[in-house]
Amino acid sequence: MENFVYQTICPQIKNHYLCTRIFNHIIKNLSMNHYETVFILTPVLSDVQMKEAVDKFKGILTQEGAEIVNEEEWGLRKLAYPIQKKSTGFYALLQFKGEPSLVEKLELQYRRDERVIRFLTFHMDKFAAEYAEKRKSLKSSKKEGKEK
Amino acid sequence: MAANNPEIRYLNPPTVDTKKKKYCRFKKNGIKYIDYKDPEFLKKFLNEQGKILPRRLTGTSLKYQRKVAQAVKRARHLALLPYVTDMMK
Repeated sequence: MENFVYQTICPQIKNHYLCTRIFNHIIKNLSMNHYETVFILTPVLSDVQMKEAVDKFKGILTQEGAEIVNEEEWGLRKLAYPIQKKSTGFYALLQFKGEPSLVEKLELQYRRDERVIRFLTFHMDKFAAEYAEKRKSLKSSKKEGKEK
Repeated sequence: MAANNPEIRYLNPPTVDTKKKKYCRFKKNGIKYIDYKDPEFLKKFLNEQGKILPRRLTGTSLKYQRKVAQAVKRARHLALLPYVTDMMK
């Protein structure tokens, strides 16, 4: 891959350093990043509406070409402080692989949706990804244990 | 008489400095990532009012103190931890 880039771009540039920079830039933009997004829904919704809202955001992600790695629903939790005069909230977590431009679109949708009272999107580095893998496998093993 | 006595007597036995050396728990245990989704763990780095404890008390290395602070702030944003409280513990 690298050789290919050198052969195609470098004849014009003739600068190894610049070429590497451009190469890295291209790779960075093409690459899929790991992201993790947590959002809190208002507790006034019914269970069906909650599912629907979560599915809506999952739909947005998959539509934009993201790959959902993991999803968790923490259920109704007590908030540490009231948000919009509500003391509980429904937490949902999605982990996905996608392009950087996707995050902005997702957050715009969060802002437009008045069911969402709080959200956070987090870019995972390699250590975070490792931790997430562990967490995921731990969860799945726990679930299996319960089923048995 | 007292001047001749070479031994100095203390009323209380002198406290020998047996200060335990502080260490960074992340470095020691090889933890590389601090999860903001785990408020119970993050509470170890907060005082009763929910303020982040300084490095000089917890012994965390600078690198991980920054990460702890970042994680605590994320947790606060998600209402997993309070911004201000009393009697958290």
